[in-house]
Amino acid sequence: MFRDIYVTFYQFLSTFGAMCLFFLRLLQHTPGVLVKRFGLVSYQIYNAGALSIVIIMVSGLFVGGVLGLQAYSNLERFNAEDTTGIFAGFALIKEIGPVITALLFAGRAGTALASEIGLMKATDQLSAMEMMAINPLSYVAVPRFLGGVISMPLLTAVFTTVGLLGAHLVAVELLGVDVGAYWQQLQSALDMEDVREGIIKSVVFGVVASLLAVWEGYNSIPTAEGVGRATTRTVVITAIAVLVFDFMITAWIL
Amino acid sequence: MQQTRTMELGTGLFALLGIAALFFLTTQTTGNKDFDADETFTVEARFDNVGSLKPRAPVSISGVTIGRVTNIVFDKESLEAVVTFVIDSQYDQIPDDSDASILTAGLLGSQYVGLQAGGSEFYLEDGSEILFTQSAVVLENIIGKFLIGGSGDDEETE
Amino acid sequence: MLRAPRGDRLGPLRNRSRTLPDNLIEVRDVDFSRGDRPIFSNLNLTIERGDVTAIMGPSGTGKTTLLQLITRQLSPDRGQIIVDGVDIATLSQSELYELRKRFGVLFQHGALLTDMSVFENVAFPIREHTRLPNSLVRQVVLTKLHAVGLRGAADLMPAQLSGGMARRVALARAIAMDPDILLYDEPFVGLDPISMGVIVKLVGEISDALDITSIVVSHDVHDVSAVADYCYVIADGDVAAAGTPAELKAASSELVNQFMHGLPDGPVGFHYDAPDYHEQLLGKRSERA
Repeated sequence: MFRDIYVTFYQFLSTFGAMCLFFLRLLQHTPGVLVKRFGLVSYQIYNAGALSIVIIMVSGLFVGGVLGLQAYSNLERFNAEDTTGIFAGFALIKEIGPVITALLFAGRAGTALASEIGLMKATDQLSAMEMMAINPLSYVAVPRFLGGVISMPLLTAVFTTVGLLGAHLVAVELLGVDVGAYWQQLQSALDMEDVREGIIKSVVFGVVASLLAVWEGYNSIPTAEGVGRATTRTVVITAIAVLVFDFMITAWIL
Repeated sequence: MQQTRTMELGTGLFALLGIAALFFLTTQTTGNKDFDADETFTVEARFDNVGSLKPRAPVSISGVTIGRVTNIVFDKESLEAVVTFVIDSQYDQIPDDSDASILTAGLLGSQYVGLQAGGSEFYLEDGSEILFTQSAVVLENIIGKFLIGGSGDDEETE
Repeated sequence: MLRAPRGDRLGPLRNRSRTLPDNLIEVRDVDFSRGDRPIFSNLNLTIERGDVTAIMGPSGTGKTTLLQLITRQLSPDRGQIIVDGVDIATLSQSELYELRKRFGVLFQHGALLTDMSVFENVAFPIREHTRLPNSLVRQVVLTKLHAVGLRGAADLMPAQLSGGMARRVALARAIAMDPDILLYDEPFVGLDPISMGVIVKLVGEISDALDITSIVVSHDVHDVSAVADYCYVIADGDVAAAGTPAELKAASSELVNQFMHGLPDGPVGFHYDAPDYHEQLLGKRSERA
């Protein structure tokens, strides 16, 4: 019983340590990749970012819409429906925007990264690079990592903006909140610091989600089953990590 | 070739959209109450009661934000609250007999310092003290007085 | 044939190899285990310069592992692996990469990079390691593709290739940098007879024409015998037999005999280790009763 706990703890610690080292190695190769292989990075921005934009915008629209709806129907009871904008703005910019974007990213781009790298490993492509004296870390892992890290804040910004417009659509166009009141209340309540908090979160989530996806792919068992499992683990672990980090950042900033 | 085109176009579109959204968020969702001036001068005022005024609260005149509260301390000698705030240097022609009051934005909003222009020919400058101040209105006090039957008028300036 | 900038360094080695055949690769007293399972114990073998050496053995004896040891994708638990007089365990990362440029590896299923065309796959190591102008890269790539008969497939993507074609492209990529040593990992597995014939022909041709030392890992006795100068049979973590294909076929060892002639039962049993059949069947019954 205690032995089990000990073994689990030991494994967790060594995996975590290995992941930190992996992260450092990614960072170590980052400057070189940015200079010499920027083409690969921009391709990964396309892969992780541009290809996620539709799902992000659609999700943002509906999440914003539902926030507007909820805020309105609750605030209406206090005759405070003019503050719908504050409610939607705070929720979207500080919490829901970064978190849901990160979760969607894990589902759309994270799984794609993990399975792609896992498949490259399973089909010996990574070993082939090793054998051609090309470091797969700087050719495969780092560009994908950087693509994710760069994409995430942009995706978050798009999600949040579309979300605000979605809330606007529901609150102003459908439910008849005054358009001036919506935006003015929003603007007067939000500080630059709130926006900064959202951006900090999105950057951290970008690093976390990309690192986990690349890590899972890179360390997957090179079989069909192993790659499948790595893909699943990517989503699960990223979701947990993002929520934990969200709590820590919020607690730290407040 | 066609494929690289699509990719370039997609990436460009994505980056543009993302940056536009970031721009929108930073400029359009935050109010311009976020006072940000390069050069400022510091002014002081003493209040009996600052209510829930906090550092970083705006300082405004005629509804325009011109400065920000930087510090609030309690003076042990005079038993008053000393509020220090900075004002954008471009507003260097505010009469020195202007009065400062602590007001509330809306019924439940946060508190800010409102200046009411006076008629003096001398202007506020770095290190000036505003002599005429009006304390924050404390809701409980008003209600208390209302119940007893008095009016809130005797809580006046120094 | 175009020689990469390192031609000078290799010149003397090449001449020496003609006059004085020596051992290009030596595996000395190597132990290796995966987890608790020992793969090799005290393995010794040598690969001679210019030869086609076959490494054979039943599946699961670690033939592929041996290739990974030789290229230091894995490190042995004990013992040395010496390539061209240098113990590869002592090399730094960059020295190791320099050494690996002298290796060409044909992986079991080709391991082509799936996101680029056949042409780009072959051009990949050239573009990464040299600064040749595009026109020259194109010439080199087309030459290599022509050598494997796939010049016409240059614009296809790896997913559009058959298994045999993919392996030929991978072979073109393996010789793109004009290596000194070519490693073939199970090059004949899963191919139809025609593709297999093509690969066998190519292995022989490339080895002769480019004066390359080749190591072929395979369990396909018949085809390997056609190209190999020397064979090692590995079983139970050690070299079970060594010699030219003809010698091996005539060998008296029971295991080699079983392997070379593909007999279903012999020292390598038909049955996986198990308790006595009758005992297990009867024993279970008596337990229930």
